Amino acid sequence: MSSTTVDNSRSGFSLSEYVTCLNGIVWREALRFLHQRERFVSALVRPLVWLFIFAAGFRQVLGISIIPPYETYILYEVYIAPGLMAMIHLFNGMQSSLSMVYDREMGNMRTLLVSPLPRGYLLFCKLLAGTAVSLLQVYAFLLIAWFWDITPPPIGYLTLLPALILSGLMLGALGMLISSGIKQLENFAGVMNFVIFPMFFASSALYPLWRVQEGSPMLYYVCQWNPFTHAVELIRFALYGQVNWISLAVVAGCTAAFMIGAIFAYDPSRGLARRGPAGGET
Amino acid sequence: MWLRCLLSLGALWLTAAPASAYVAYVSNEKGNTVTVIDTDKWAVTATIKVGQRPRGIEFTRDGKFVMVAVGDDDTIQMIDTKTLQIVDTLPSGPDPELFTQDAAGKTLYVANENDNTVTVIDIAKRTRLGDIQVGVEPEGMMVSPDGKILICTSETTNMAHFIDTSTREVAANVLVDSRPRFAEFKHDGSELWVSSEIGGTVSIIDPVKHVVIGKVTFNIPGLRSEAIQPVGIGMTKDDKTAFVALGPANRVAVVDATTHAVTKYLLVGQRVWHMAFTPDEKYLMVTNGVSNDVSVIDVAAQKVLKSIQVGELPWGVTISP
Repeated sequence: MSSTTVDNSRSGFSLSEYVTCLNGIVWREALRFLHQRERFVSALVRPLVWLFIFAAGFRQVLGISIIPPYETYILYEVYIAPGLMAMIHLFNGMQSSLSMVYDREMGNMRTLLVSPLPRGYLLFCKLLAGTAVSLLQVYAFLLIAWFWDITPPPIGYLTLLPALILSGLMLGALGMLISSGIKQLENFAGVMNFVIFPMFFASSALYPLWRVQEGSPMLYYVCQWNPFTHAVELIRFALYGQVNWISLAVVAGCTAAFMIGAIFAYDPSRGLARRGPAGGET
Repeated sequence: MWLRCLLSLGALWLTAAPASAYVAYVSNEKGNTVTVIDTDKWAVTATIKVGQRPRGIEFTRDGKFVMVAVGDDDTIQMIDTKTLQIVDTLPSGPDPELFTQDAAGKTLYVANENDNTVTVIDIAKRTRLGDIQVGVEPEGMMVSPDGKILICTSETTNMAHFIDTSTREVAANVLVDSRPRFAEFKHDGSELWVSSEIGGTVSIIDPVKHVVIGKVTFNIPGLRSEAIQPVGIGMTKDDKTAFVALGPANRVAVVDATTHAVTKYLLVGQRVWHMAFTPDEKYLMVTNGVSNDVSVIDVAAQKVLKSIQVGELPWGVTISP
C-alpha cells in the first residue's frame, strides 16, 4: 500500500494501481495469517472436532435417505462436511470483521481508508483477502477429511472453488457490514454469538431440511430463509460437480446486498465517520 | 503444471463415465414385478409384471431368457429378453426360491423352500428330470466350478449339503451357523463360502475334506451384532476379493478372500440381500429390500456410486452375459 504513488489530482487509476492495492491488502492479510499459526490450527480444529466427535455420535441417529446431490446413501460425516466448510468461512468472515474493528481501534484502518482508491474497491480487496485465507483453511480441512473417507469426485475439488469464493465473499461481506456497526472490540463477542450460532444451527449444515421439517415446520422456514443454508447447499452441490441454482442466486444476491450495505456503512459521509470517534478512528 | 493438473482431472472425469452396456433384471418380491435396468445409463427402462413373490432370478447362459422363481405360483417363469414377455415356465416344486444352473446352461437345480427338495430341470426341454431330498427350507444353491458337486444350504437344518451331480445323491453334509442363506465357490474350487444369516458369519469350507476351515466375522462399530445378517456373496474372478451383503446392517462387507479379513464396509440401502457383478466386473449391483432400491458399487474403487429406485422389496438381481 505504502509503495503506491498516487496523484490525487487524477480522476482515474490505472489497472496496475488497482492490482498493487489488491496485492498489498491480500499480502498483509496473508502475512498476518502466517504469523498467527495458532489461528490456523484453531480454525482447523473447530470443524475437525465436529467431524470426528459430533458426527461419530450422530452416525446412526439420523437415518438414511438419498437427497440431491447425493446419488446413494451417505454417512453423516459426508453429509456435514459441506456445512463444516461453510462454518470455516463463517468464522473467518466474522474474524475478518473482528480484525476490522481491531484495526479501527488501533488506528490502522485510517492508513487503509485514506488511500485515494475508491472506498468500495478497498473494502472489496479486504473481502477478497479474507476469503483467500479462508480458502486455504477449507482445502486443508478437505485434505484431512479425505483420510476420514470423505472422498468427493476429483473434479469436485475444482468445481468447489467458485462456490467457496462466492460463499466466502458473502459471509465476509456480512461480517464487514456487522463490523461497521460495532464501536468497540468488546461489543463484538456478543454480536458473534447472535450471528454465528443462530446462522449455523438454523441451517442445513448439520441436518437435512426434510429432517428439520419433521421436527419443526417453523424452523424449517427459518432455515430456508437463512442465507447460510444456501451457502452450505451451494458448496454441497459444487463438491459433486453440480449447481444448485436457487442457492447460487440467493448467495450472489446476498453478497451484493451485504457488500453494498458495507460500502454504504463505511462511507465517511454516511456510515462510520458520522457516528463519531471510536477508538483510534475518526 | 496447473494445466497438467487440469488435464488429468478432466481425464479422470471422463474415465469415470460408465462405459458398459449390460441389462440388469431385478426381482421385486412384494411388487410381483421384475425391473429392467440399463447399466449404461443406470436407469430403469422397463417393469415387467410377473407371477407372485418373485425371488431367485438368473439369465440363461445364451442370454435369451431370464428365469425367475415365482414362489407363490410354484413355478419358474421365463422372460424373453427381446420382447420382455413371459414366454414359458419351468416345472419346479412348490415354493421355488433360489436356483442355479450348470456351466453349460443345460441343467437347472431349484431349491423348493416348502418341500425340502431340490428339483432338477432340463432347461431346453422344459422338463423335470427328478427331485433330490435335502434338509428343511433349502435355499442357497451353487454348482462347483468342475460341475461335479451341487451345494444346497438348508435354512432350518443349518447344513450345506454336498450333492453328487452324476448320481444326484447327497454325498456329504457340513454343519454351519444358523440359517445358511447362500453358497459361493471360489473360481478355482478351493473354498466354498456359506453365509449364515442368524449366525452372523460366513463359513469357509474345504470342499474336498468337507470341513469348516475358517469363518468370516463382522463387526460394525455402533451396530448391534443381531443387525449383522450375512446373505448374498459375490467373489471376484481372481478369487482375491469377496463382497458379502449384511442384510439389515445396510452394508456390504469387502473381504480379503485370501486372509478372510474384512477390509471395508460399504454403506448401501436398507436390508441388502443379493448381488450380481457386471460381466466385466467393473460394477456390482446389490438389492436393498426395505428401501426398494439397488445400489451400484464400483468394484475396483470399492465405492458405492449410486442407488436406483426399483419395485417393492427387491430381492435378486441378474445381469446380461
